[in-house]
Amino acid sequence: MTDLRVPNPVATTLQNGPSESTAPAIGQMPETSTPRGISAVRKYLLSRGNSSGSDRLFAGAMLLCALAIFALVALIAVELVTQSQLSWHAFGLPFFYRYNVDPVTHLPLFWDPVNGVFYALPFIYGTLMTSLVALCIAVPLAIGLAVFLTEMCPRWMRAPLSFFTELLAAIPSVVYGLWAIFVLVPLLREHINPILIPIFNAPILTRTLGWTGLFGDNGLFGGVNLGLGILCGGVILAIMILPIIASLTREVMNSVPNSQREAALALGATRWEMIRMAVLRNARIGIVGSVILGLGRALGETMAVAMVIGNSPEIHLSLLSMGHSMASVIANEFSEATSDMHRSALIEVGLALFLVTIVVNAVARILVWAVTRGTPARVQ
Amino acid sequence: MGVGIEVKALNAWYGSNHTLQDIELNIPANHATALIGPSGCGKSTFVRCLNRMHETNPIARVTGTVRIGDLDIYHDISPVEIRRRVGMVFQRPNPFPTMSIYDNVCGGMELNGFRNRRELDEIVERSLRNAALWDEVKDDLKKKSGASLSGGQQQRMCIARALAVDPEVLLMDEPASALDPVSTSKIEDLIFQLKSQYTIVIVTHNMQQAARVAEKTGFFLNGRMVEFDSTHKIFTNPSDKRTEDYITGRFG
Repeated sequence: MTDLRVPNPVATTLQNGPSESTAPAIGQMPETSTPRGISAVRKYLLSRGNSSGSDRLFAGAMLLCALAIFALVALIAVELVTQSQLSWHAFGLPFFYRYNVDPVTHLPLFWDPVNGVFYALPFIYGTLMTSLVALCIAVPLAIGLAVFLTEMCPRWMRAPLSFFTELLAAIPSVVYGLWAIFVLVPLLREHINPILIPIFNAPILTRTLGWTGLFGDNGLFGGVNLGLGILCGGVILAIMILPIIASLTREVMNSVPNSQREAALALGATRWEMIRMAVLRNARIGIVGSVILGLGRALGETMAVAMVIGNSPEIHLSLLSMGHSMASVIANEFSEATSDMHRSALIEVGLALFLVTIVVNAVARILVWAVTRGTPARVQ
Repeated sequence: MGVGIEVKALNAWYGSNHTLQDIELNIPANHATALIGPSGCGKSTFVRCLNRMHETNPIARVTGTVRIGDLDIYHDISPVEIRRRVGMVFQRPNPFPTMSIYDNVCGGMELNGFRNRRELDEIVERSLRNAALWDEVKDDLKKKSGASLSGGQQQRMCIARALAVDPEVLLMDEPASALDPVSTSKIEDLIFQLKSQYTIVIVTHNMQQAARVAEKTGFFLNGRMVEFDSTHKIFTNPSDKRTEDYITGRFG
């Protein structure tokens, strides 16, 4: 501090003493409080005034940033609504549930741009079904991974495992799609489906649980095994949402205080009982939250699904069947939509996706509310 | 009924830090034994060695023999089994916040697969009565969360939770240090009543507390046990100069 070769205004002023010429105007200050010994720092601070102007400016700017969110949502909604007016007036609400019957095959016909048939049900079904499959696979895996990471992972493994989990989230969607086409589709077709199909079509299950409709020829694993389809889309989505759910769940579990673990252990809990009693129970709200976020991504995910779902606007219960999702139909057909009606119908699908996402989030929030009702989430 | 504890050549480490050195100690059954000493002297580590909680920390290590009753807890039995026999109450109350008062108290029973409703009801009532909390909470046992109670009530609920599994030994690691004087005196009364049925080991910073509740007192300093004797002798006529310095407030 004694080395003053670097020109330091404060130090220089301190050395030279206060000079009248550089003293700031401090009109409001009473005379007695400005003696000769006033320091440069004090002079500087006094010269800054009340700074309320810049503070107001800052607050205004921040408010603008916040309002921009509302404006964006509103703009998107308005655009979707106005652009979809044509198809809305042509089909009305039945757009979302009606279908025509093909005169030749007598099968339901939902979507036929050439003949001007536009009903969106298969896309809604495909989106919900692939997301459901994705959640069924990803949630147990992600929670297991998070439990392992927080509770039982050896120190040397923790960083690499976290890193690779996060890495999964960083891979572009289209790369997942390519990988799915070249690896996942053959894998499902040659190895995994041949195991699952006989299980779901086993005579004993068909006889005893056939009434559920999930087993047998018209069940979840009926029909032709192509590899592509709803199941494949669901699996690729599961891989994509796994890192989101796992890393958020891990954060939530990490935030459970150690005293909770000790409380359970001191009561004679085994490791698994301790995790169930102290960790999962306290973290469940956060886990539901992270699942919601994963679901949000699964619903809106476009490219990877579009590449493997088969892109055929049909509805079959079978997970092996081809399907279509709301996001994938827009991505696939928008650039080729020549008629105004086709274009408008696609935008209406987009509007529906927007609404489905909102509804799913609302339902999930009600669920969270139901789970947490009466029991405070507070952890000390 | 409680059982005695016999400690021989107990050494414990946190990483390279040798926190307990050659502890030798006999804790009598059905009495309260207080452990006093300045912060960081190893008394908490010592009680955590008595139910093998010390080793839940991955860098912790322990050697030596601890016999509770006729069981060598480091050789004859798993950590989970010993913790079912030795209850523990921690410095800060740690109720399970998502569970009702009732579920908190029978947490340990539930873990061990005990599901008889009627007996559980009885155990919960008896434990809460033993912990002097029954009258305050009996009307909303299943309505209120364990975390909605006051700090002192939470700590008594944690004591009830430890008593519910009918332990042979009750370890208390500064059970009243986070509580106000009224709650503290309630906990002390409780210890006074419980010690005829359980062997109680209580770590405390408060020397008056040790003098009030315990028959025997051990003084720890820098990871060693300096002196262990009847409470009366420790506080009136200690044989070691360091004990005298500590209890007269010359350090610590």
